[in-house]
Order: sequence, then structure tokens, then C-alpha cells
Amino acid sequence: MSETTLGTETPQAAAVPHPLDEAAIGAAVEQALAAIAAAANLEELKAARIAHTGEKSPLSLANREIGKLAKEEKAAAGKLVGPARGRLNKALASRTEELEAERDAQILVDEAVDVTAAPRRRRAGARHPLSILQERVSDIFVGMGWEIAEGPEVESEWFNFDALNFKPDHPAREMQDTFFVEPPEAHLLMRTHTSPVQVRSMLEREVPIYVLCPGKVFRTDELDATHTPVFHQFEGLAIDKGLSMADLRGTLEHFARQMFGAEASIRLRPNFFPFTEPSAELDIWHPGAKGGPQWIEWGGCGMVHPNVLRAAGIDPEVYSGFAFGMGIERTLMFRNEVGDMHDMIEGDVRFSEHFGMEI
Amino acid sequence: MRIPLSWLREYAQVPAEATAEDVMAELVKVGLEEEDVHRPLDELKGPVVVGQVLSAEKEPQSNGKTINWCQVRVVPEGQEQTLTGDGIDPSGVQGVVCGAHNFEPGDKVVVTLPGAVLPGDFRITPRKTYGHVSAGMIASVRELGIGDDHDGILVLGTLGLDPEIGADALEVLSLYDEAAEINVTPDRSYCFSIRGVAREFAHATGTQFKDPAAAVVVDPSSGPGYPVRLEDQAPIYGKPGCDRFVARTVRGVDPTRPTPTWMASRLRLAGIRSISLVVDISNYVMLELGQPLHFYDLDRLQGDIVVRRANAGETLRTLDDKVRKLDPEDLLITDASGAIGIAGVMGGAATEVSDSTVNVLIEAAHFEEVSISRSRRRHKLPSEASKRFERGVDWQVADEAAQRAVDLLTELAGGAADTSVTDAGQEPAAVVIDLPAGFAAERIGIDFTEEQITVALTDLGADVEKYDGGYKVTAPSWRQDLEIKEDLVEEIARLVGYDQIPATLPVAPPGRGLTRVQQQRRRVMQALADAGLTEVLSYPFVTKAANDTFGAAADGEERSALKLANPLSDEHGYLRTSVLPGLLETARRNHSRGFRDLALYEAGLVFLPNGRLGSAEIPPLGVRPSEEVLDELYSGIPEQPLHLAAVFMGHDSPAGANHTPRPWDWADALDAARLVGDVLGVELVVEQGSHQAFHPGRTARISLRNGQGVGYAGELHPKLLAAQDLPERTAALELNADVLFEAAPDVIVAKHLSTYPVATQDVALVVDADTAAEAVRETLREGAGELLEDIALFDVYAGTGIEDGKKSLAFGLRFRADDRTLTADEASEARAAAVALAAERFGAVQR
Repeated sequence: MSETTLGTETPQAAAVPHPLDEAAIGAAVEQALAAIAAAANLEELKAARIAHTGEKSPLSLANREIGKLAKEEKAAAGKLVGPARGRLNKALASRTEELEAERDAQILVDEAVDVTAAPRRRRAGARHPLSILQERVSDIFVGMGWEIAEGPEVESEWFNFDALNFKPDHPAREMQDTFFVEPPEAHLLMRTHTSPVQVRSMLEREVPIYVLCPGKVFRTDELDATHTPVFHQFEGLAIDKGLSMADLRGTLEHFARQMFGAEASIRLRPNFFPFTEPSAELDIWHPGAKGGPQWIEWGGCGMVHPNVLRAAGIDPEVYSGFAFGMGIERTLMFRNEVGDMHDMIEGDVRFSEHFGMEI
Repeated sequence: MRIPLSWLREYAQVPAEATAEDVMAELVKVGLEEEDVHRPLDELKGPVVVGQVLSAEKEPQSNGKTINWCQVRVVPEGQEQTLTGDGIDPSGVQGVVCGAHNFEPGDKVVVTLPGAVLPGDFRITPRKTYGHVSAGMIASVRELGIGDDHDGILVLGTLGLDPEIGADALEVLSLYDEAAEINVTPDRSYCFSIRGVAREFAHATGTQFKDPAAAVVVDPSSGPGYPVRLEDQAPIYGKPGCDRFVARTVRGVDPTRPTPTWMASRLRLAGIRSISLVVDISNYVMLELGQPLHFYDLDRLQGDIVVRRANAGETLRTLDDKVRKLDPEDLLITDASGAIGIAGVMGGAATEVSDSTVNVLIEAAHFEEVSISRSRRRHKLPSEASKRFERGVDWQVADEAAQRAVDLLTELAGGAADTSVTDAGQEPAAVVIDLPAGFAAERIGIDFTEEQITVALTDLGADVEKYDGGYKVTAPSWRQDLEIKEDLVEEIARLVGYDQIPATLPVAPPGRGLTRVQQQRRRVMQALADAGLTEVLSYPFVTKAANDTFGAAADGEERSALKLANPLSDEHGYLRTSVLPGLLETARRNHSRGFRDLALYEAGLVFLPNGRLGSAEIPPLGVRPSEEVLDELYSGIPEQPLHLAAVFMGHDSPAGANHTPRPWDWADALDAARLVGDVLGVELVVEQGSHQAFHPGRTARISLRNGQGVGYAGELHPKLLAAQDLPERTAALELNADVLFEAAPDVIVAKHLSTYPVATQDVALVVDADTAAEAVRETLREGAGELLEDIALFDVYAGTGIEDGKKSLAFGLRFRADDRTLTADEASEARAAAVALAAERFGAVQR
């Protein structure tokens, strides 16, 4: 006898002497409970329910028989049939719950997918790493209370050179290979550094001044692995009473640590710039450098030359200041091991997308 | 500047075992940057010995050449060959095949024996050639890497040398030396000499310095020598072009004498080619003392030497044999024949010393920096002399340098000096700087002691006079860069050591953070990246055609653009007036590298000349210009707004399993523009636009509500795409970001949120096909009145059921009142009013 036939078997087939026979009811209950337990799914359970609690089921028949009984017999018969029906209903409810849970679980199993085969529906965008780095540097200085100053890329020669104490015929002017804009008598050029923004800041702001000037600059270098005619710098300028080279060093050290971690340290070496006196070359200790820990040339700095202050109408006998400047490309090159300038310049999407929104 | 170590050792205490690297490491501390190392023996390794040719048999070959089969003695007769190895003949005589013919038996030559390595990794081994085993090579100067001459082998007798057979030829040729190359900053002209660098080495190491100028004993003069007159008729900035001219005469020089190997070697290491003994001496003295010299062939001079400015139309054949047209600002050395040299830059051909010169006039002059700098640039004649003069030369050293040349010409070239000496000119006043006590400490942050200050400045060569409250410092004559007290502060800090400077962190006053525009720019840039676009950067250099196409909406309009005077490429000689040309170039590069699905964006300045350009007058250094002059400087700067551009090509995402990517199109460009507007809170008005770079029917003009144009978005013109080799349907946008930043609202006033139920109604209107949906939408909004909360276009249809030349626009309208639940009638009424206005304006018929 298969399990499925259990529920559908006609109970009358087992000849019962009377519907209210106690033994017969007991047997019917056992039979029904077995059929309920054996139901493998909700359909089978429904069949079992109809067979064992339906109109023609022994219990229903027994229940109907109670009505025919004499008043005094009814209570005893009720006690016989009622609990039996109760047991069956409880068993049915419990099995239903079980089977429903099984069915629901199976649906979820059936709905399973191979998540590793998911398509990429939305393309991921990316910022240019030079932009990200520029913003990160700016944020460090903004956090120190400095402000970000900006200016035009085509500049007057005065802002780019003369105001910065480059003597008109001095070879220092030629150290910065300059793109000049026609006509020559307009004295316009592509700024060779972001220092003209420092001059503008001094002319336009009240002392004390603490500004960072990031931006694009231009030199007539052909593009190769380490040079590009268009690149980015950030320059800092502080003008206040009593600023010293120790303040410059402290500022650079603080910045270096924000940028490269608590272990970062810097070194100053004498150098020459027309716009600072004393001037220094700035090296940074790079413990993680490719090829072993080493000092890396990072930028230039110094105490603002009194002629630069005078050009902006600031009295060098009252105020002093310091300035520094670094290349963003250069910083990215050694920080993130970019081997070739072309990668940063050519706009190959692989370069930006490799970084995404982070550097 | 390259510093041969043997030379430096004469004047500074360089340890015997120190290498060029060690020397540079010291010099870096005092601010001379390391550049390179030049060490001939890195490339040239022995055994390379002196040999004597015993025999040379000429053997004609079938290829037409004649070779010499030579027996060369490389060990003195009677001594044993101590070298061993493949090809070393124990007899001390090597058989060598030699193709040169400029020698004969008995000559002493340089033999590179088997085991030697020559420059270019040329390894000497015994080899079979022309029927012999050639066990070594008789070398030419070029093979040894010490000269260009390859016409024959080096016969040591021609250098005046007669060394022992078997001697180390590298020693004989003074090749056991090396040079440190350092970078000299433009202010430190005195470091273009051994004298200056030796002094710096002493500073760096705290050791003794021996001044080579002090070692020269200047002959007493018997009276004026060759007549020289300084007659600058047009000084620049009021400074005479020449303020000292020392002339010395040396007669009877033997022009056949070779340059000694030690001198040739030092010159070569210093990067200067050996020419002839006389010329080499002038270069040698310049390198040693920093004073450029010029030697004239005395017998070719005519009459007095006069130093003056050029006359109009004057010309000079310079010693590179070019005829130069002279400028009235050029300072000249002249004689009765006219110009014989551009002062401090280059001499004339007619009076130069030659290989037959026997009588020499030495010029050791002091020229003014600006004059030399301008002449050098004007004639594009950078030279060792001009490099030094334009940075500044020691006024005092001229007579010592002339004397040093006299001494060398006498000693090495067999000349005899006239006892008369010419020394014309006027000594400039010494520079005296007042250094207040405490100033250096205040500026550097180190509490310098009085001794530290005095010692540092005295070590430099300055005279220091202490007074109550400060120091009176007389700058040394070779330090033109020391002018103000800040210059002295640098010297003190440099000599005490920059590594002594402490670190203190100054506290800036409270700042205002990023400006609004800086924040707006960041948000826009980030939003576009978040939307899936990739930021790129391109150069602002473009062609004229690119500016004319992208910079102006209407075809044929010539876009005025800035032109570079010295572009890297003539073709890309203009500054961009639009970001798109560079962005499309970048897109094409990516496309050609196999990236077909692209969404790129870039923000950058564009350059729009309008009105007056620049300023004719440039105000001087170190003075704040007047307000008027500043205004002129500011207003002469061309307008440079920030433009934002994007380009879309290919598909919006990579194809994948169960995913069909959507091709980018014009609407994506427009959507990106709208995104930018949303990020900034700026309402953008979109209308059908026209721009020569864009598809005539698929271009949106974008403007502000007040009508001000912001830019364009849409599909690029198919012809332009084809011409530029870009894929079809490429879409782009360009916006003036500055206009958007400016238009962003300061304050957005909150809207009351009604919680009454919404009533929605749809309407489909048939209008002419060329009617803009946006215009209809705006009209419906206007007609529906205040109850309308929102309206959206949800379908555009043309075809079956719609008359030709018409289209159907379906809008969903959402009504809501602030103060009550709307009845169906109220909503319908508002809808009817909207439709009526559309009917009136566009002839719209409800479908």
C-alpha cells in the first residue's frame, strides 16, 4: 500500500459495527493521524484532510450520529468524538505549517542564481588622481585654517616674474622655460608656477595671510617620461609678524605627516629662488620608495624675499613670510609609483579608473 | 660645473680616498646640487701600457688595405713579463696588427693588452686577423675615449712624452682622475670655478681652503701696456658695460708645443675639448679662477683697443665664422679695423689665435651682467664666458687671472711676457650691508651666537665689523649675490647648517574653509564621477580650426583666440576656447586603444581674449604699483572661465550575461547637463539649439531662466565625427561652469508640503511635429494654475492614427490643493484650462 493511498482509502471499507464505537473511532483517529503525518506536500495534506475530516469521514459520521442519540447519551458520545476531532485539527494545522514552511523554503532554493555571473549594469566613474590628490592636499591646509586661493592661467609677466623679484635680464627667468602669448608687447604668458596667485593674494587680502595656491602651470618642456609642458603645483604662502624658517619647517613637517604618516620627515638644503631669501630645497624621506628608503626631492621653499613683500605693498620691516611649492605630478609619481608621465597626461581611462575615487 | 678631483685637491682638503660621490655629498650640504659623476676608468680598464714599436711590416691585403704587422715591446728589455693570461707573450714583445700608418719603428705608443676593456665595452682579446694572431691593439685617442681623433694611433712623442716602456699608460695620460658634476644656481656665479667650489668644500667640511688667486704673484708693471680705452657711450641702467680691462702681452709662444696631459685631462673632465696649448691655457685659467679670458693674436691687432657699443649697421665675423649683425646695445671690443669681438660673448675671427700665433694679447676684463645677457640672447650665443659674465665675475681677480695665463704661457708655451701691464677701469664701491644683531636669529629661529655669525661671514670672505646693535658686513668681491641683510642670513644659516633649524608650527587665524565656488566645483566633479563618467585632463593647446569649430556656435564665425609666441608645435599653437577639442582627442586615443564605451569629462579654463590684451608697461621690481597701474594689469588679463565638457560614445555599460547595454545618445549628454544643474540647484532651460559642431536636429541649447546661455548638449555633427574618425552618434556637452556657479541660489525657500490626497489625470495632445514638448509642458503648467503639483511627459507618438506632420504628446498631471481634498470636477477643470491654453498657443487638439 503506497502512502498516497492511505489518505484516499475509503474508511468504510474497514467494516465498523457502529460509528460511535469507541474502538472504531480510535482506529479512525490513528489512521487519520498517520495519513496527515505521511502527507509529503500541501496537496496530499488536503486530500488527507478531506478523507479524514470531510463529510463522509468516520469522525464526521460519528459526529452526525450523536445528534441521533438520546439526550443522556449525547454527553458521553461527545466526549468520545470531540477530542478526537480536536486532535485531528491540531495535527492538520501543525502539518500545514510545516509543509508551508517547506514549500516557501523550496521557492527560495529554486530562485537561487549564480551571483558571480552578475552583469555590471552601471559603469563606475572615476576622478582623475591628480584632482583627488590636489583636493586632499587642499583639505589638509584648510584643516589648519589656511584658505585656498586661485588665479588665471594666462598671466601678466609682472605677476609671474617681476613681482616675484625676477630681475628682467637675469638668467633665473630663463630657468623657467616660458610660453609667451602674442603679441609680445602685451607681456602675457602662461604662468610658469602658481606663485602669481601668491602675489594676487598679498595684494587682495589683509595680513596675516595663510593661503595655499594649487593649479595648473606651464613650461616649454616636451612630454616625456618625466616631463610635461602642462603640470600642477601647489604653493603655500604665509605672511605674518615674526614668522621664521622654523615656522616653515614646522608647517612642512606637519603637512608631510598628514600626507605620508607619522613617520614622515623632511630635510632642507640650501638653494636659490629669486622670490625667497633664504631659500631651500625640500626633500622628503620616503621609507616605502621603490628601490628602498631614500630622500626624494619634493619641492622648493624659503622666506619670502623683501622685494616680493614690497611689490605687494607689505612692509618687510614689520612682516615676514614663508612660501613653499611642490609638484602634484611628482608627488603622485613617488607616492603611487607612477612610472611614466604619459600615463597621467594622455587621459587613458585605465589610469583614472584604476584609482576610481581614491588614491 | 664639473670639478676634476685632482684639481680640487690642490685648493681644498679632499681626502685621498674620497670619490666624486663623496665630494658631491659634502657639496650638497651647502647648496650645490649633485648632477653626475665622470670617471673615465669606469669604462677603460687595463692592462693598457706604454709600448715601443720594434718593427712594422707593411702587408698589402686583397681588400686594397695595407696593414702593419708590428712587433711591440711592452716590457723593458732584459726584464720579465709579469703579466700572465691568454695572449700575453712571456717574451715581453707582442705581435699586433695595426691599420694606421702614422708611426714608425721606435715610436712609443699605447698598447691595450689582452684583458683590457675600452669604452663601449670593447674587450681586447687575441684574435686571428689578416693571417696573424693580433695580441692586443695600438690605440688611438678615440679608442681610449680621450679625444675625437681617429686618423691614426696615438704616438706619445707628439704629446711631448717619452715614458718608460711597460709604464701604465693610464697614469702617463693622467687618467686616474674623476669629476663631480654639480648644478650651480644662477646666484652663485663664483661656483663656476675651482676656486669657488674649493671654498664651498671647505665650508661644507670645516677644513682649510687655499685660495688659488692668492697663490698668484702679480708682476709689477713697468708702465702702461697695450693701449685700451673704455668708452661706453650708452650704458644700460646707467652702469658702464666694462669697468675693468687688464691686458698683458706674451711674445714668442711656440705654437707647436702640445698641451700637457694633466691639463688636457682636467679640461676633458671639466667638459672642455682640448684645442691647442694656447687656447687650452685660457680655458684652464677660466675654470680655475672663474675669470673668462680672451686671447688675441697680437700681430693681427691694429691700433688701440676701444670698448664701446656697436654702431648702427656694424657687423662682425665671429670665430664660429658667422657674420653677425650687431645691435647698438651690443658691447664691442674694437680696434682700428672695427669690431673684433662681442664683449664677453664671442671673439672675432680676424684676430683669433691660430696654430701659427706666436705673440698673444691677453684680455681679462670685467663686463656688466645685463649687457652680456642681452647680447648672448640676441645672438643666441651661449658660451662658457657669457655664462660667467651674465651671472657676475669677481672684479678683483682680473689681474691675477691675466698673470696666471702669463705664467702658464711662459712656463708651458715658452713665451716671454712684456713687463708693461694695462689695467684700465674703475673699481666699484664695495657692498656694505648692515646686519642688525638678532635679525638672523629672528628670521631663522636659531639663537645664533655672535661667534657663529662672525665666523660664518668671515669664512665666506666677508669683512665683519661688530658694532653695538649689529654688524657692518663688507661683501667679498666675488659675491655679487650678497646685497641685503636677508642674503647674509641665508649664508649664516647655510654655513651653520639647515639641519639645525628647529620646527615650530604657526597657527593661522580662523579660516572660512573652501569658498562656495570651490565647493560647487567639487560637488559637480564628484557628481559626474558618481554618475559613471571618468575625469580626464588634456592640454589647452589646440589648432585654429578646432577653435573656429567648437568655440563659436555659428559656422564661419572666426573665434578670436590667444596665440602662443613659442608653441611646442606650430599646428597646436592656439589656446583653447572650448574644452571639447582636447576631450575628443583623448576620447579618440582611448578608442584607438580598444576602449569603445566611453563617458569622459573634463573641467578646465578656456581663454577668451576680448578687449585690450595685456599691458605695454611692466612696473619695476620691489615696489607696489599704483592703483591705476594695477588696474591696468588686472584688466589686461583675458577672460578665462571654467568650462565643463563631457563626451559619450559607445554604450552605457559593458555587455554581460543577461544584460544588454544601452547605446549612449544625445539625451545622455543633456541628462548630464541637467545633473549638473540639479547638483548646483540651478534651473536650466532647454530648447532646440543650433551649433556648428553639433547635429542640427539633435542639439539642445541650455540657458538660465533669465536667458543667459550656459552651453550646448547633444549629438555631435555626423560630418565632424566622420572627419575626426570618431564613432557615429557620439554625444557631447559643454557648459560654462562659472555662469552656473554664479546662478546658484544663495537660499532655497522651503515649500509647504500638503498632505491632502492627490488627483491624477492624463492628457494626450496632438500638435505639429516640430513643436517642442518642453514648450507644451510649460504651457500646460501655466494653464493648469496653482493646483498643478507636477507634470511629466510620458509618451511621444507619431504614426498610425495620427495625421502626417503631427505628433501626440501624453502628459501625466498631478493635482493637489494646499487646504482641501480636491474634487474630481476641480481637477478636471484645471486640466481643461491647461488644454485650452495649449490649444490656443499651439493648436493642440486633445486626442
